[in-house]
Amino acid sequence: MDVLQLQDVVKQYHRHKAVDEVSFSVPQGSIFGLLGPNGAGKTSLIRIITTITRADTGHVFFEGEPLNTAHPMQIGYMPEERGLYKKMKVGEHLIYLARLKGLDKATARQKINAWLEKFEITDWWNKKVDELSKGMQQKIQFISTVVHEPRLLILDEPFSGLDPINTNLIKEEIFKLHQSGTTIIFSTHRMEQVEEICEYIVLINKGQNVLEGKVADIKENFKENLYELEPLDTLPTSLEEIATVVNERNGIYKVKLTEGVDSTNLLRYLLDHGVRLRAFREVLPSLNEIFIRQVNQL
Amino acid sequence: MDKLWLIIKREYLTRVKRRSFILATLLTPLAMGLFIVVITVIFSYESDDTKRIAIVDEGKILAGNIASDGNIFFRKMDTDLETLKQNLPQEDYNGILYLPPVADVLDNNYEIYFYSDEKLTLDLEPVILRGVSRALREYKINALSLDKRQLEALDTDIELEPRPITAAAENNTGKLASKIAAAMGFVMGFVMYLTVFIYGMMVMRSVMEEKTNRIVEVMISSVKPFQLMMGKIIGVGAVGLTQLAIWLILFPVILVISSLFFGVDPSQMEAPAGAGQIDPEETQAMVTQIMAEISNLNWWVIIPLFVAYFLGGYFIYASLFAAVGSAMGDDLGEGQSLTIPITIPVLLAFYIMIATVEAPNSSLAVWSSIFPLFSPIVMAARIPYDPPAWQLLVSILLLIGTAIGLVWLSGRIYRIGILMYGKKTSLKELVRWLFVKM
Repeated sequence: MDVLQLQDVVKQYHRHKAVDEVSFSVPQGSIFGLLGPNGAGKTSLIRIITTITRADTGHVFFEGEPLNTAHPMQIGYMPEERGLYKKMKVGEHLIYLARLKGLDKATARQKINAWLEKFEITDWWNKKVDELSKGMQQKIQFISTVVHEPRLLILDEPFSGLDPINTNLIKEEIFKLHQSGTTIIFSTHRMEQVEEICEYIVLINKGQNVLEGKVADIKENFKENLYELEPLDTLPTSLEEIATVVNERNGIYKVKLTEGVDSTNLLRYLLDHGVRLRAFREVLPSLNEIFIRQVNQL
Repeated sequence: MDKLWLIIKREYLTRVKRRSFILATLLTPLAMGLFIVVITVIFSYESDDTKRIAIVDEGKILAGNIASDGNIFFRKMDTDLETLKQNLPQEDYNGILYLPPVADVLDNNYEIYFYSDEKLTLDLEPVILRGVSRALREYKINALSLDKRQLEALDTDIELEPRPITAAAENNTGKLASKIAAAMGFVMGFVMYLTVFIYGMMVMRSVMEEKTNRIVEVMISSVKPFQLMMGKIIGVGAVGLTQLAIWLILFPVILVISSLFFGVDPSQMEAPAGAGQIDPEETQAMVTQIMAEISNLNWWVIIPLFVAYFLGGYFIYASLFAAVGSAMGDDLGEGQSLTIPITIPVLLAFYIMIATVEAPNSSLAVWSSIFPLFSPIVMAARIPYDPPAWQLLVSILLLIGTAIGLVWLSGRIYRIGILMYGKKTSLKELVRWLFVKM
């Protein structure tokens, strides 16, 4: 089942169409990448999903029901522009945000304590937020996003401003939440993170849905018959009949197969010509390349 | 509703628990009390500088001596002026007062001389003038053989005593009543003006802070922008009422304490300089009268009305300030021009209020106390004058209607404003936001 389903969603701002007939579905339990360059309409979409704004036309379904104002309680949203009340103490701040998400005081306290223990920061309870470093505040922010155990978690550039250690820490927690069944929408323009984390993506550009699907499928669709090989012997010149060398770097060749030729043909050819190989693999385009290609195409 | 309550609670508690709030709330009345005490002490301070004045009464005007006053002592000398002038350094006198003979009893001018190398000080001059003038009066009465009782009959104290025509007006035409009403009106109008400004600005700053902190986007993923705005306005308003209530209790307490400890009589505050000349018994009677007049005012009507106008005015201006705060960027200075349209009516109302205290039933006062942007401040000044019921009714109804309308309009600006970053906003833009669909 899909946790979230968008159908032809349109959002028009003053003289500017931020979201232009976007449709996609977020499968239950997936990690879903919402991608797009800056200003593509990602935040506008997220604001519609979190009911901060409403779509002009089109439909949004949450777990099959038309989106309503009760649904945000099931959603945890960490905006890109995020912050905390500087003068509040960590403990009371977390309780406040948790209670706004509908938890009662006792449950909130218990869950927050569990998270603080997980991050080994129980002694922060009485610290004021502005005594914490940026990275520490991000942890508090993360806890406040997930403490009410949302079924859908929306993270907008969750790692911006985090050092590598904290990035890993948060990433691990995201994976754990994923394993326990939480659906996660991950909005970013950092492709290497997407490739590492997401199973599904949708690529938005200028308010329009450019690309959507499983990461593996998309890569498969965009592959260009490129192979990388590292021969121990010189390549015979007759290779040109079945493949062209795109480039060569440190003895590693990138070749593009001629139309109608597949990898077995190439391997057989090399074996027949007595070329020994150290490595051989198919080169799939990185999401970054696909992203840039798609965005530039339009 | 639950969430609104949570927001109100947070906005209220974080402010009330803040050290700066506790200090300001407790110290302001203390500082005022201290100020009053210091002022009184300064004015009632009597010079410890003893002055001795020798008198040469050549005109034989003085029947006895001039009565000494505080640290100023007079002594009539038999020596003539020239000898005295020479001996003065040894005699330990500060100066010589010389009274020449009166040439013409009917002359209204009489020149006397004060010989001294010191300056004639401000505390000495009135004492001399008063003493000589009293003595000269006696001297002239004798010289002209006038009847003293007939003369005294010429000085008549006239008292203007206002009297009501209908029985209903019994309480508010009293002699002191109008003065008390004026004072009360001014105080209430002024308090209203201050609180609307202070707490309205507090709302604005807090909205801006939430926006620059970027907490606002986290918040509105859980609550509606309108709830957030209302929670803030109500929370800060409650802080304002708390502070006013504490002051209402603390001010009289501190006045009483300071009068007990320092012997300062609060009733003397109005004319501290002249306090010395007022007969203490008369003062006592005056205080009782003032107290009676104050308790005569219909507090069961005044206090609820004051609170109603406070709430109405506060909601109007706090919501406008919230809307402007939401439209401001990270830079306070840049958005300052947006606050001008709000500040102008408040200032206008303040000046109209001052005029109202003098002429509470002028048409300016009446219409301003009905116009909802002015009424909280102007009507506050008119309440002690018992304005007609229909005016109160119309004014309150308009105030409530306008408050609701402006809170709603401000909410529409606010919901857009808090999500706008880094753009300079014009007034025109704000108006456009009113019609934007979310």
